[in-house]
Amino acid sequence: MNVVTNNKWIGQSTIRPDGVDKVTGRAAFAADTTMPGMIWGKVLRSPHPHARIRGIDTSKAEALPGVKAVVTAKDIVEFPVDKSVMLGIQDMRWMCRNVMAREKALFPGHPVAAVAATSEAIAAKACELIEVDYEVLPWSIEIEDAIKPDAPILHEFNTFEGKPSNIAGKMELKKGDVAEGFARAEVVVERTFTTRAVHQGYIEPHACLIGVGADGKTTIWSSSQGQFMVRAMTSLLTGIPQSDIRAIPAEIGGGFGGKTIVYLEPLATMLAKKSGRPVKMVMTREEVMRATGPTSASTSTVKIGATKDGKIVAAQGTFYLQAGAFPGSPIRGAAGCSFSPYDIPHVLSIGYDVLSNRSKVAAYRAPGAPIGAFAVECVLDELAEALKIDPLALRLKNAAKEGTKASHGPVYPRIGYVETVEAAMNSEHYKAPLGKLQGRGVASGFWFNAGGESSAQVNITEDGNVVVTTGHPDIGGSRAAIANVCAELLGIDYRRVSVIIGDTQTVGFSNLTGGSRVLFASAMVVTQATEQVIATLCKRAAKIWEIDPEAVTWEEGAARPAGANAGKFPPLTLKELADKAPALGGPVGASVQLNTQGAEGGFGTHVCDVEVDVDLGIVRVVRYTAVQDVGRAVHPGYVEGQLQGGVGQGIGWALSEEYIYNKDGKVDNPGFLDYRMPVCSDLPMIDTILVEVPNPKHPQGVKGVGEVPLVPVMAAVANAVHNALGKRFYALPMSPPKVLEALEVAQAAE
Amino acid sequence: MQWSAPRNDGPSQAAGNTTGNTFIMSDIQYVAPRTLDEAIGAYAAAGSAARILAGGTDLLVQMRSGAVKPGLIVDIKKIGEMTAIEETKDGGFRVGAAVSGMALHDHPRFGKVWPGVLEAINLIGSKQVQGRASAGGNLCNASPAGDSVPALVAAGAVVTVAGPQGRRELKVEEVPAGPGRTNLKPGEIVVAFTLLPRPKGASDAYLRMIPRTEMDIAVVGCGVNLTMKGGVCTDARVGLGAVAPTVLLVEAAAKALIGSKLDEKALEAAARACSAACRPIDDKRGTIVYRTKVAGVLLRRATAIAAKRAQER
Ligand SMILES: Cc1cc2nc3c(=O)[nH]c(=O)nc-3n(C[C@H](O)[C@H](O)[C@H](O)COP(=O)(O)OP(=O)(O)OC[C@H]3O[C@@H](n4cnc5c(N)ncnc54)[C@H](O)[C@@H]3O)c2cc1C
Repeated sequence: MNVVTNNKWIGQSTIRPDGVDKVTGRAAFAADTTMPGMIWGKVLRSPHPHARIRGIDTSKAEALPGVKAVVTAKDIVEFPVDKSVMLGIQDMRWMCRNVMAREKALFPGHPVAAVAATSEAIAAKACELIEVDYEVLPWSIEIEDAIKPDAPILHEFNTFEGKPSNIAGKMELKKGDVAEGFARAEVVVERTFTTRAVHQGYIEPHACLIGVGADGKTTIWSSSQGQFMVRAMTSLLTGIPQSDIRAIPAEIGGGFGGKTIVYLEPLATMLAKKSGRPVKMVMTREEVMRATGPTSASTSTVKIGATKDGKIVAAQGTFYLQAGAFPGSPIRGAAGCSFSPYDIPHVLSIGYDVLSNRSKVAAYRAPGAPIGAFAVECVLDELAEALKIDPLALRLKNAAKEGTKASHGPVYPRIGYVETVEAAMNSEHYKAPLGKLQGRGVASGFWFNAGGESSAQVNITEDGNVVVTTGHPDIGGSRAAIANVCAELLGIDYRRVSVIIGDTQTVGFSNLTGGSRVLFASAMVVTQATEQVIATLCKRAAKIWEIDPEAVTWEEGAARPAGANAGKFPPLTLKELADKAPALGGPVGASVQLNTQGAEGGFGTHVCDVEVDVDLGIVRVVRYTAVQDVGRAVHPGYVEGQLQGGVGQGIGWALSEEYIYNKDGKVDNPGFLDYRMPVCSDLPMIDTILVEVPNPKHPQGVKGVGEVPLVPVMAAVANAVHNALGKRFYALPMSPPKVLEALEVAQAAE
Repeated sequence: MQWSAPRNDGPSQAAGNTTGNTFIMSDIQYVAPRTLDEAIGAYAAAGSAARILAGGTDLLVQMRSGAVKPGLIVDIKKIGEMTAIEETKDGGFRVGAAVSGMALHDHPRFGKVWPGVLEAINLIGSKQVQGRASAGGNLCNASPAGDSVPALVAAGAVVTVAGPQGRRELKVEEVPAGPGRTNLKPGEIVVAFTLLPRPKGASDAYLRMIPRTEMDIAVVGCGVNLTMKGGVCTDARVGLGAVAPTVLLVEAAAKALIGSKLDEKALEAAARACSAACRPIDDKRGTIVYRTKVAGVLLRRATAIAAKRAQER
């Protein structure tokens, strides 16, 4: 681990390399690209929540002048339902049916065909001409309806406890014996909570432009959280080998997990292949809302027991999460993260994956963990109230530390959870007085964080500067942070380091930008590659000086003799060594590919103040402090940005965001007017406290920071509302009509 | 295969965007006449396929979503009378139907005399939307939730309408017929709003309830216009939005306020009258119970603001 404390670039909020292009509008997002001869693709989507597809007649669409190709499920590689083929966490059996409905349409918005034509208008017209013979089936949307014994079954082959069911899976985490634990408890709180489906809400809709040459060589320009994921999924779904697919990552206008799977790329590839023309597809916001993401709605029951002195002795959680039309809701995050901040001897945590006629859920920032934390952290608040203990003191008393066996399995190394609670307790915010109708709430949260595959190349240019190529799309400012790391190691100005994201055919495999892995993994490979470059440069200096390479060190951007014994030579700078490269063995560069290990989980503790307009039922967050153990803030500005962004999304989830369904089983608010994400003026300035407990397994001490900040938010807000009103809310969002109704019920009861 | 990202290739990006429009421009005729007569002529001749374009902040959105597909667009922003703000000698105002929110905001006097009307119009959308959106468009779009309408109803504004049969005048509250429908006759265009001179001690206010702080649509909107003399309310009008198929003039609420010192009893009666006037729907934006309750709350709050302003005037 790098213990150097007088860092020059690590810890600096340097200017982001892609910043100028982004603020001047020059940055090229997927929808900005064009190709000669390009035509437009459009998707025909099911209007029904659930229908068997008896037949599709595309002949009229194909006959329309201007239409160049039509594809249906027949054109997409089929993965039989009885054999799982996994790609990361995605099962291709479901992916092939999600990108194009096969036997059945399973949610309104489910693609049933796609058309490419010379204009968007003609493509839209052609979609109208496609005749789909649907056998409309009964459907269910909400969890409680989908798990009823007589519920319409989405997938007849899916069974649970021996019967066809909409429960697609169950996971159980067990530590100790909860029955024994609860027997010892003196105070027990058990509550049931519900949350609604919320969308990741990235501003850039999904888009791609794809060309397939006569030789099958395919070029994909798309916005995603992983060009390698795009390549692999497109390859599997179209049958084109990965070596023939070049996936170029466009700048990305937000993803938050929602762009970790493909929707359009396989369709556009097949349209391009069939038509011989490059095909562009851009979703409308309505398509994004109806057919992509969101994350699960949920029903959770959590029971926690403690002794009178505030020691938690047992905890149990049951989490039902909506998967949408195909298996795969984030039960692992809900069941696996929610008790992780605490040292509890007896834990039982169970997750159920529930199918219903909604779009398939996609990852959303710490998938599942915010849902679990909402329930657990609200119950802890009630427990603290019952025990008459400060809610942070209760957390501190039960905090997990180095050596604690986590409820999800591992024994923790040195972690910084305690530090986050202490920093929150000691913050000025936690002690500040509250105004009228204001309340304060706290909550903590945990996320696993990930490492995994990462590749990087570090090349010295002929003029003595540096180009770093990595393979993870930059969503959170990773290019700036990587430049900081490389400049620090090389001892040069960070502006001399240019960081780019390579396409699939120019850089080695790198896993998705997801799981908060990017800086953890790429800083590791870039460090190793840079160290190799430095070793080469030192060797070259040794050759020039005719001394032993061991006698050369690299300091402040130049090779220098290591001490007096090595001899007296003027330093050789990076520029000088680059100049001499041809004569000394050629170009200088290094490439490193690793399956990175040692990403440690992250913890956060949040303090939230709300103010309630009791006549209108409006809850506003008036002050917020997010404390997080961030390992090492390589670029503090972007670390803060991650924390603030996560909190903003959590406040939306808590107060205003929700999918609303109408009586026909369709989303009734598929746009930003009625799907209420907070706008800037809805939020206070979100304060952050960065606690730095370096990750011992990382050269710079990096821990993932991007997902933890969403985990505690909804509970912190709900606990603050309780503190303001003396009334607890067990269902999200705490929207004005619901708050007002609850206040009136409370008033009537008095 | 040739690739072009826009940063290297400006023209190709522009070409991409034009072919990308969902509505094909050549299917739509566009005229921007300089006189009202020409506008009426073109508009009336084209029949039901024609649409008036003021700021376009409703119309273009509706076209993009495919909700309306006009054959002819008549842009009225080049007509002097429709974009003018005129203060009459006696202190009244005549505001062209196509005047943008920002133009009205920048008028040196209008907001001093009609702060409630101005704040209602300025609540529409964002700065960008304000540069275009008009009160005429807000009224003729006939959404029950249009923000400027309750304030204009409370202000007692009168609209001048011109059509193939000549000019006529209507009260603002007579224009909407239901969601998305107006009482304008075929070929008729709203030309201007007339606001009468107002006595000393008169002022107005508009408040809306939205779940967010901006970029949202009113769940309830309430405009209150008051005249105060010696602490007594001598005249009042109340407009309520988003609680019925059209914006309502709530005479019972006004009656409760007139003659009172705006004491608790009068406010309670006026708030009740507002709640009683509500005929809302349950929808994704709010429940019947919620809207009914909030109408009364906003009445109280808007009255308090209008009264304070009246005192200062
Ligand atoms: C981002 C955004 C935010 C918005 N926020 C709000 C908000 O907060 N509150 C709100 O009330 N509205 C809001 N709107 C809706 C819209 O901006 C307003 O209704 C605005 O006042 C419309 O005015 P306009 O001049 O743009 O109308 P246009 O779109 O030009 O016209 C609207 C309709 O009225 C007709 N019309 C226009 N002028 C005349 C005329 N003189 N005679 C006859 N018919 C006419 C048009 O044919 C059309 O049918 C928002 C819109 C957007 C895009």
